[in-house]
Amino acid sequence: MANMANEKVKMPVQDGIVRSGNFDEVALGYDEAMAVEEATRCLNCVNRPCVSGCPVKVKIPDFIAEVAKGDFKKAYEVIHETSSLPAVCGRVCPQETQCEQKCVRGIKGESVAIGRLERFVADWYRKNCKDALPKPQSNGHKVAIVGSGPAGLTCAGDLAKLGYHVSVFEALHVAGGVLMYGIPEFRLPKEIVQHEIEGLKQQGVEIECNTVIGRSESIDELFEEGYEAVFIGSGAGLPNFMNLPGENLKGVYSANEFLTRCNLMKAYQEGVDTPIQRPEKAVIVGGGNVAMDAARCAKRLGVKEVSIVYRRSMEELPARKEEVEHAMEEGIQFCLLRNPVRVLGNEEGWVKGVECVEMELGEPDESGRRRPVEKENSNFVIEADCMIMAIGTSPNPLIRSTTEGLDTNRKGCLITDESGKTTREGVFAGGDAVTGAATVILAMGAGKTAAKAIDEYIQNK
Amino acid sequence: MYTILQKERLNPTVSKMVVSAPKVAKKAKAGQFIILRVHENGERIPLTIADYDREQGTITIIYQIVGRTTMLLDQLTVGEAILDFVGPLGKPSEIEGLHKVCVIGGGVGCAIAYPTAKALYENGAEVTVITGFRNKDLVILQDEFQKVCKDLHLVSDDGSTGKQGLVTNVLEELIQNGEQFDEVIAIGPLVMMKFVCQLTKKYEIKTVVSMNPIMIDGTGMCGGCRLSVGGKTCFACVDGPDFDGHAVDFDEAISRSSSYRNEEQHAREATCNLLNKEA
Repeated sequence: MANMANEKVKMPVQDGIVRSGNFDEVALGYDEAMAVEEATRCLNCVNRPCVSGCPVKVKIPDFIAEVAKGDFKKAYEVIHETSSLPAVCGRVCPQETQCEQKCVRGIKGESVAIGRLERFVADWYRKNCKDALPKPQSNGHKVAIVGSGPAGLTCAGDLAKLGYHVSVFEALHVAGGVLMYGIPEFRLPKEIVQHEIEGLKQQGVEIECNTVIGRSESIDELFEEGYEAVFIGSGAGLPNFMNLPGENLKGVYSANEFLTRCNLMKAYQEGVDTPIQRPEKAVIVGGGNVAMDAARCAKRLGVKEVSIVYRRSMEELPARKEEVEHAMEEGIQFCLLRNPVRVLGNEEGWVKGVECVEMELGEPDESGRRRPVEKENSNFVIEADCMIMAIGTSPNPLIRSTTEGLDTNRKGCLITDESGKTTREGVFAGGDAVTGAATVILAMGAGKTAAKAIDEYIQNK
Repeated sequence: MYTILQKERLNPTVSKMVVSAPKVAKKAKAGQFIILRVHENGERIPLTIADYDREQGTITIIYQIVGRTTMLLDQLTVGEAILDFVGPLGKPSEIEGLHKVCVIGGGVGCAIAYPTAKALYENGAEVTVITGFRNKDLVILQDEFQKVCKDLHLVSDDGSTGKQGLVTNVLEELIQNGEQFDEVIAIGPLVMMKFVCQLTKKYEIKTVVSMNPIMIDGTGMCGGCRLSVGGKTCFACVDGPDFDGHAVDFDEAISRSSSYRNEEQHAREATCNLLNKEA
């Protein structure tokens, strides 16, 4: 008989005030008893709606059944069949709009805590099982992957399982892409990301860092070197700005810069060489997960007042609800229906304030959300010595400008069919490089789909 | 492994290293740069490629010891390796179609001006070089420049070597004497480039400058290296580092370059103390 409790087993978390002063992980994870208890809430329904909500099609009821039995190792093996990065997904997937949204238990109460269970299983396995999974037998074919973010790693993992010799090329000095430079330590510890990547290496995936495809080597040269297919998962790295007057003042950063300094370069730690500004008052512009990450990093760096300025209302805020709640608990202020129009500087060229206007919501625009409209004469100034722009990113032009035959749309995103095939033979793509800035799990889904298409392409050649 | 094959002190604060980096060397062109990291907790710093040898698979870098990272880099000796070394990054300098060019290098900027002068010379252009230094102790690369130009002019702030004066004095003299340059390429301190551009604007001579702003990734990701060019925001790492000097907002670039002055000074002092202790 299933456990009919209407609520999820609570996730232990660090207290809001305490954690806003450290970079340790916010959510602490289930223990074994909590996991088993939560797992018994799963009804193991016949039509498995949760699986249809998962971009990488994790066999959710099957792994949860193993958790309920207490066979955590088996549970891990079930997840690992379809997901290369379970410890990452369990932490950063927006489960509430994917698997958990489809969960039957969610109709009368809370859905089964699929994400928390996935995280538990991955963490348990990492702590308890040191043996490498068996290395698949080689099929003699070579595939190159550009970018070691979630799309590239998933594609690499799936192809390696099929016996392909996979080489991943990464521009930065460490693999992981946005998992390393973007998502903060307190949401996704970097040690966990590296552990997942080690797992892929044990499966035979080769990772070459410090290699910028488009500069160090071209896609054409990869083919000349004997790679039979190339997957481009180079992300949407280029930060957008608003072209406001004063936007190039000192103290104005893209969220990418601020987060890269903090996460990839670990500027928050003692004994690390990369500097980071430690302002008094910071304004973060934007309402997505990246804005929440930047705001929460700023708080942890000791910024006294952190305000999020977003042009729509709470309802339209694109960040995950959990992230917004966490940010609020940590004392981040939300200035909603406000939009910056000008950045004010002092005589030394530093930001001293952000001039904003009030907004109201008008008719829905093409995105279906109500279009924010400026209220006349509503200008006001928020004092700040730091401003972080978290208003999205665009795909990096490096690859499309150095590769013939790759069509892009007007935003610079690579054009692919639903299997990830680009307009050039043998070249596949997925993740933010195709969709523009989106989520980790959608990128993983695209990497997975492309891996299947690459396998079919090479096998039918 | 990016092993250091040669190391040479060019003046009291500037050193040259030849580093094994075959993949970078295979693609390197004048005007491009690399990013390196010295140790596990080190920062990423951009350095322009001063020379390359495709056959030997080497890249030459020339750096001024100005802060913590360059101090630590300078501690490394031949046979040791640089932890990370990525490139070539940025767009190569455009040298096609240029027949008569004046290349100006200021201080350690000469390290960047040299490969550009060399590339122009090898491409058949008539190259005039003006180099400027604070004093005679800081002079670098004169022999190298000599081999790749028609005329080499040397000036110093204090007159201790070459003519006393500024690079702009020589340039104006040349122009007034009837030299007609297709283009001036100026590489050096921001202030020097600003004044070269003011001068060439007056004479309507196209001028290209090489910008070296604060950078983290060097691939267009962080936006830290942004500058205003003709009223538009550009990223030096992917749109540059070469830009139309008459369109660059130098005052903004000068201001932005001081973003981490306090932190940098702190790090420099701490490193000095550390290295002194070790010594």
